[in-house]
Amino acid sequence: MNVLTNKKVIISLLIVLGIVFPFIIPNLYYLHIMTLAFIWTIAVYGLNLLAGYTGYLSLAHGGFFAIGAYVIGILTVKLEMGFWLSFLLAPLVTMFIGLIIGLFALRTKEHFFAIYTLCVGYIIYLVIDKWEGLTGGVRGLIGIPLPEAIGPITFQSPTAQYYLAFFIFLLVVAVIYRIVHSLTGRTFIAIRNSEDLALSLGISTKRNKLLAFVLSTFFAGLAGAMYAGFIRFIGPEIAYTTITFDLLTYMIVGGIGTFAGPIVGTFLIVIISQNLQFLQDYRMLIFGPLLTLLIIFSPRGIVGFIQMQLYQRKRKKQESLAYKNREEETNAGG
Amino acid sequence: MLEVKGLTKRFGGNVAVKSVDYSVQQGKINAIIGPNGAGKSTFFNLITGVHEPTEGTIIYKNEEITRQPANVIAKLGVARTFQSTHLFEMSTVKDNVIVGHRLRTKSNLFDSIFRTRRLKEEEQQCIAKAEESLDFVGLSHVSDQLVTNISQEEKKRVAFALALATDPEIVFLDEPTAGVNPDETDEMAKLIQKMADKGLTICLIEHKMPMIMQLAHHIMVLNYGEKIAEGTPAEIQKNEEVIKAYLGGTVSA
Amino acid sequence: MELLMQQLFNGLTIGSVYALVALGLTLVYGILHIPNFAHGALYMVGGYITLIMMTEAGLHYILAMVVSICVVGLLSVLMERLVFYPLRHSPPIQDKVAAIGILLFLEALAQFIWGADYRQMSTPFGQVVEVFGLTLTLQRILIVFAAIAVMILLYWFLKKTFTGRTIIAMAQNREGAQLVGINTHKVAILTFFIAGALAAIGASLTSPINLVFPGMGHLVILKAFVIIIIGGMGSIPGAILGGYILGFTESLGATYLSADYKDIIAFVLLILILSIKPQGIFSKGGV
Ligand SMILES: Nc1ncnc2c1ncn2[C@@H]1O[C@H](COP(=O)(O)OP(=O)(O)O)[C@@H](O)[C@H]1O
Ligand SMILES: [Mg+2]
Repeated sequence: MNVLTNKKVIISLLIVLGIVFPFIIPNLYYLHIMTLAFIWTIAVYGLNLLAGYTGYLSLAHGGFFAIGAYVIGILTVKLEMGFWLSFLLAPLVTMFIGLIIGLFALRTKEHFFAIYTLCVGYIIYLVIDKWEGLTGGVRGLIGIPLPEAIGPITFQSPTAQYYLAFFIFLLVVAVIYRIVHSLTGRTFIAIRNSEDLALSLGISTKRNKLLAFVLSTFFAGLAGAMYAGFIRFIGPEIAYTTITFDLLTYMIVGGIGTFAGPIVGTFLIVIISQNLQFLQDYRMLIFGPLLTLLIIFSPRGIVGFIQMQLYQRKRKKQESLAYKNREEETNAGG
Repeated sequence: MLEVKGLTKRFGGNVAVKSVDYSVQQGKINAIIGPNGAGKSTFFNLITGVHEPTEGTIIYKNEEITRQPANVIAKLGVARTFQSTHLFEMSTVKDNVIVGHRLRTKSNLFDSIFRTRRLKEEEQQCIAKAEESLDFVGLSHVSDQLVTNISQEEKKRVAFALALATDPEIVFLDEPTAGVNPDETDEMAKLIQKMADKGLTICLIEHKMPMIMQLAHHIMVLNYGEKIAEGTPAEIQKNEEVIKAYLGGTVSA
Repeated sequence: MELLMQQLFNGLTIGSVYALVALGLTLVYGILHIPNFAHGALYMVGGYITLIMMTEAGLHYILAMVVSICVVGLLSVLMERLVFYPLRHSPPIQDKVAAIGILLFLEALAQFIWGADYRQMSTPFGQVVEVFGLTLTLQRILIVFAAIAVMILLYWFLKKTFTGRTIIAMAQNREGAQLVGINTHKVAILTFFIAGALAAIGASLTSPINLVFPGMGHLVILKAFVIIIIGGMGSIPGAILGGYILGFTESLGATYLSADYKDIIAFVLLILILSIKPQGIFSKGGV
């Protein structure tokens, strides 16, 4: 019970912190960084759903992120569609493309799947980079509009954009929470654990893997669309493997297959990177080895490590309690 | 209840199961024995849909299930355990077993996101089923432990509970006592008997002869993928060919 | 006709390099049973070491290449000892992530030490020669012959020496190899050294006609994956054949289809193959 209330307190505190952040740190630069961190976290949640919970390491995630960004970019800039409609369509289109690719990609397993998706990611990058007529090629797309006002709420100021991203972020976290803590999530975990066993338990692994894949592309597309709407300029580099590997790093450091992992990993690394500005281009000098060391010594990242510590402490407490009870019993008996 | 005819499985040039006719006796404990590599596990894999047979038919309750995928066969009431357990070690025993009843539920993604009444009810149903199964196999006391912290024998029992949570009518057990010490083997035998007493049909692969002779009503012997004998324990014990196969081949009893 | 011949020769050049890199990858796959994503980084480091040895230490191209072979071979062994060996019993997803971690680190390190710019490597074999009416640089001829020589040497080593045969045996069946008393540690170390050396040779040969930069391994390694999937994971003739097939397809594709999209050919090929045969072309599944 104690833990539960603790959890609730922590979550409420974090939400309050998110709300008051623009007031306590009225620095536009930090606001910008925080907004981006929300967006990255959403993409990482998508990756975690597939790689962490279902056990399929997709290396095309950055590609789907870019598809989301480019769909909203093309719809608003080239077709001059409204922001919100495009924003709605972007993750849906990404998800649809994800569905088609997933149908084939998921016939492969393990390293074949990793290589397959790596190739898919590269093809997405090359198409975006070379198809000038559609994507603007290396010049990218400039002038993605701001979200239109909803009633009295406008999105001109960075603060308003921060709150918009924060709101969507909270929504995504809530949805993911419900997915992974439901029968759907249990089904994914069963597949990650052993596909043969899952099948023998009557679970349609094909359908559920596809569901996890499509969901992961939905969140990648959503994050991409948010990114495009926030930065308002996109180029082919957002489709490059660098993004996929960044997202992967956030996930592993935070804790693959843990619920809090994507938030912990993303915010930690984004904040550390900001404080080590001089590192920007060389951040992988630190995070690359960190990734490798963590996967060797704490495969479920920071969150997994903490969970294990908490569990062991609880178990020790229970054991000593049981011991005490036994002693009391013998005392009472004797 | 379950019948196979001419069941054959080839892996490349290697014939793992060769033209086996067999029928499982309902409500009984049926055992399959044979030397290592005789094709016993493959035989199970064919029936439960893990592998597609090269030839032959499998009929379950008057319905042909020969090329059905494993998950469909499971839904028809055929459960199984594997020779090696693959449980999720970093999760609790109960959490491992809850998903066992998933196949009897209908909740989808929509239900999960909106936490509909159906989802809540079905979750309760799965939890209740898990508790019931764990109670049946005698593991209620460790249901909140992480799987990584329980013994090998307890893990085997968890695998049983998982199979039972699917609400099966017939259960295939692949070497349930491998790696379990003699005292615990007796306990496992009692559990298998208890499952049969409950009305389940059991099909069992085992190497431990005393246990088989005491438990089984009916035994089939496989050797190099072929059925070389079947009958009651007493008949099998006297069978010349069985003795030859066991003495000539690798004895793994 | 002349264009075709020219392109065929280009294909032979590119294919030679692909084959060398894919060979290393396929040997390591035999040991690790995971795709070593860090192999592309070894290739990149190989290019840089040769370049630096030439520009900073003033070594001759060939000598620089020898240094590079040793350095990258040792780096590869280090990787096996420090990372893959401790992870040998872990789920495959962990090896892959660890390999990616190494890849990211080595790339950042290269950029940190040598900068992000594209650098040119000079070669003592820059002369242009006429062969059968084709104008070729000596470097390209060197690539083809050196690669073929290395492959023959490797083939001889793997087939005719005891150590070589144990590598093959282990690639086919690790547990079996252990049973017949093969020192699997030694074999793993040797295999990683050879793989690193092959990557260094490939990179050093091709750098004078391409460029040296931190991301130079990306496309090459990805194509090497495609090759070993086409040729069968762990298969040596498959890696060589696959390398040349891809080399020819690409150079012809660049001329007759589209130069912009030539890099896509390999990936589309892979996706087609795996979509039809999810376990690769030469999988040994049930019938
Ligand atoms: N998936 C598979 N692929 C190829 N061969 C297999 C496969 N599964 C089993 N076999 C082969 O089939 C034969 C029978 O194996 P198995 O059914 O496991 O025997 P048992 O369970 O009786 O010890 C063995 O020769 C084994 O190598
Ligand atoms: Mg077996």
